[in-house]
Amino acid sequence: MDNLLSIVTFIPAFAALILLVFLRGEDEASMRNAKWTAMLATSATFLVSLFILAEFDPSNTGFQFVEEREWLLGLQYKMGVDGISVLFVMLTTFMMPLVIAASWNVTTRVKEYMIAFLLLETLMLGVFMALDLVLFYLFFEAGLIPMFLIIGIWGGANRIYASFKFFLYTFLGSVLMLVAMVGMFAEAGTTDIEQLLVHQFDFETFSVAGVTIVGGFQTLLFLAFFASFAVKMPMWPVHTWLPDAHVQAPTAGSVVLAAILLKMGGYGFLRFSLPMFPVGAEVLTPLVLWMSAIAIVYTSLVALVQEDMKKLIAYSSVAHMGFVTMGIFAANQQGVDGAIFQMISHGFISGALFLCVGVIYDRMHTREIDAYGGLVNRMPAYAMIFMLFTMANVGLPGTSGFVGEFLTLMAVFQVNTWVAVVATTGVILSAAYALWLYRRVVMGDLIKESLRSITDMTPRERWIFAPLVVMTLLLGVYPALVLDVTGPAVAALVANYETALAAAETASQLASN
Amino acid sequence: MTPADLTLVLPEILLAVYAMVMLLVAVYTTKDGLAPTLVWMTAGVMVALAAWIGTTGEGARSAFNGMLMIDGFARFAKVTILLSAAAVLVMSEGYMKSRGLLRFEYPLLVALAAVGMMVMVSANDLMALYMGLELQSLALYVVASLRRESVKSTEAGLKYFVLGALSSGLLLYGASLVYGYAGTTLFSGIIETAQAGEVSLGLLFGLVFMIAGMAFKVSAVPFHMWTPDVYEGSPTPVTAFFATAPKVAAMALFARVLHDAFGNAVSDWSQIVALLSVLSMFLGAVAAIGQTNIKRLMAFSSIAHMGYALMGLAAGTVLGVQAMLIYMAIYVTMNVGTFAFILMMEKDGQPVTEISALNMYAKREPGKALAMLVLLFSLAGVPPMLGFFGKFYVLRAAYEAGLAWLAIAGVIASVIGAFYYLRIVFFMYFGDEAEDGLDSGGSKLLGGFLMASAAVMVLGIANMFGVETAAASAAATLLN
Repeated sequence: MDNLLSIVTFIPAFAALILLVFLRGEDEASMRNAKWTAMLATSATFLVSLFILAEFDPSNTGFQFVEEREWLLGLQYKMGVDGISVLFVMLTTFMMPLVIAASWNVTTRVKEYMIAFLLLETLMLGVFMALDLVLFYLFFEAGLIPMFLIIGIWGGANRIYASFKFFLYTFLGSVLMLVAMVGMFAEAGTTDIEQLLVHQFDFETFSVAGVTIVGGFQTLLFLAFFASFAVKMPMWPVHTWLPDAHVQAPTAGSVVLAAILLKMGGYGFLRFSLPMFPVGAEVLTPLVLWMSAIAIVYTSLVALVQEDMKKLIAYSSVAHMGFVTMGIFAANQQGVDGAIFQMISHGFISGALFLCVGVIYDRMHTREIDAYGGLVNRMPAYAMIFMLFTMANVGLPGTSGFVGEFLTLMAVFQVNTWVAVVATTGVILSAAYALWLYRRVVMGDLIKESLRSITDMTPRERWIFAPLVVMTLLLGVYPALVLDVTGPAVAALVANYETALAAAETASQLASN
Repeated sequence: MTPADLTLVLPEILLAVYAMVMLLVAVYTTKDGLAPTLVWMTAGVMVALAAWIGTTGEGARSAFNGMLMIDGFARFAKVTILLSAAAVLVMSEGYMKSRGLLRFEYPLLVALAAVGMMVMVSANDLMALYMGLELQSLALYVVASLRRESVKSTEAGLKYFVLGALSSGLLLYGASLVYGYAGTTLFSGIIETAQAGEVSLGLLFGLVFMIAGMAFKVSAVPFHMWTPDVYEGSPTPVTAFFATAPKVAAMALFARVLHDAFGNAVSDWSQIVALLSVLSMFLGAVAAIGQTNIKRLMAFSSIAHMGYALMGLAAGTVLGVQAMLIYMAIYVTMNVGTFAFILMMEKDGQPVTEISALNMYAKREPGKALAMLVLLFSLAGVPPMLGFFGKFYVLRAAYEAGLAWLAIAGVIASVIGAFYYLRIVFFMYFGDEAEDGLDSGGSKLLGGFLMASAAVMVLGIANMFGVETAAASAAATLLN
């Protein structure tokens, strides 16, 4: 199968088309059909994507399963995966059936809901597989449309504000990247990512309007891409859209947002920023590292005072993404490995945490922490699962949360000890807010009248959590599952980065002599 | 004047003769009773002519001693103009008829305007240019005030006429200066005088005045004041017409004058056009935010879109012209669909143009709402819709011509502009349950146009239906 990637990418879109064209009516039967169609499509996507993982050769650091076709305007339709992207593809296909299962209780506009999620899956998969700049941008931006609708139609009370903020914030971030892409096209004469990875962009220092730009064109390109990925990631101080979006989005929307959409920023850094603009990245590394450290501490502190559970988890996501950016820009083997690991593991953990909130939200229709307390008395299974993921979020050894944090901290310690020191306090703070949340919601006596009749998780809910529990523990005790796949590709990335920097160093020395 | 010259302009002659003959026939027979037939007939004639022009004719030939130039560029523009005019005509029939506006003059005036536009895009001489422009404009002034008993419609017509006459005056003044300093009205002669770096001051003045006149026709800021009022006041089908074919014609004329007559002095006009472009993009984006009337909103939207098309023109390269042509083709397609939707907006049989009337439209008409959603995102330039590729193309042209600042300004304006398109989506999808919404149903024909246009926006990303290569060769012939 030489078009395996396209098949995986477009199965959900095809299912969405079927729903759009053939499904009529708003009755019980058509709702059930919509749900089952979406479930079948996402499950089929996952099963087919297992072939990618099975046939993937980690020792090959180039792109695999490459498909190439001519397209408009001198662009091409080119797809492929390498050690960096293949696990994100798997994460997406793995999470989507769970997301659909978690939305089983949706009753309004079910057909449109499922279409939006199916299209979103196609677009997310496309982001991780695209090997053409503009194709990447197309998938990257198009994902905003279904997410905008998901928040706006099925969201909470303040959904309008959140959806507009989400769309315009991320749109503004990405359009600068578009101009940078046009600039890269003009300079390199191609939009093929594989060729751009070996193209050396100009890094001669120049000045514009009196401002000296060290690293020249590369720094400008880096900044333009950074604007987009930093918003998507999100990094402090451009993270403010995320809590709003998370709080207002329906549970399934939050899960997709936290588990997959945020990873596009990190993936973008690894695919574009580091390998294509090494000089620009090097110039701005201190800035990014400190931004990450501030993000970790600041958002952890903010999380401490939240009264809304989803908002708390959203801020904790920003903090965990801080570890990711820190690891990426430490630019060594442990750092990048750790960043990828952290992203995958955060996908499972934060997804699960949002699902945990969803479970009690479905019963009580409030996310106020104060409205809960003593749930352990009525919901022992829930308390167990929630505890596991709280611990994983804290980074307890034995869960996957630990490995990523440890690797990234170790990496950044070698590069910038002070950043590592500041960031490590974030680990303590994360224990503080997460455990405190757990205590307030689950522990204690059940004194609230409204909670007397709350019921424990249904079998459906338990089955949704089962795979997430397995993955969190499995990766916690055997991280090689991820690291063996990413290792060689990351090693090549780091080696290329260092070679490029050394070459740039030599070139600038030659120029100054 | 030789038979060869006449064969070259046969499409224009046929359309003009057709319009005049039908005018006589209608006057001497049933008058307005003939109107529905005339609408379909005129549209049919236009489509046939478009097919003829599109499939025949090779290379560039000039007619009447260089007064007219029939080349690939002109053919591309003519096909776009004729097809969009035919589409708008067909769309307007039901609307006009149900409101008693369907007079027999309407289709014939549109046909005459189309003749003017066809002359405009192949004009290769200042005289021919002015002739085409005025033929077009006079016809448009009349159709703007087609609803004679309505104050708003007559106001629109009068405003359009007064300001249009002023702009024609500016253009004419510029043309006379150019003639005075170049010694000829032929573009081929002007281009020899107007060499880069040594353009005389008088010639430059002439150029600026001509640009001002043409900027009025494409409604670029700061010559845009008439647009919102005329769009709002005119009957909706007429607005749809204003937003499509005349814009293509004026933009093509713009490109023709700048490249064929002043092509050796790109640096002299590139900055002016870039300024027009950036002003239009920002004003179009910002001013539309406060609009509650969808027709006014579309007026500002079209101002912003002209800004993007001008960005391609400002590049002053083959790629820039190609980008502009592709942009205009996409823009016209989007607008045909959007106006088909606006024509369907009715409450109790009366036309509604308030955006808030769309509250929860998606609940009642999911199919049409979805098509409109696609069009809105396409207008906003969000991928994967075709509108994004139009923007990508002009950005690329601007960047490669060294106008990176213009490209950055353009994308920032597009984010601001996205807000008001999203607001329509907000009304259609996110609003609260309204007790009295718009009528559902609506004509099958309009629905068809809406769906087709939305489908083009999505399916076009595969290969753009070959428009790309056609535009490339058209642009190449303009800059030979």
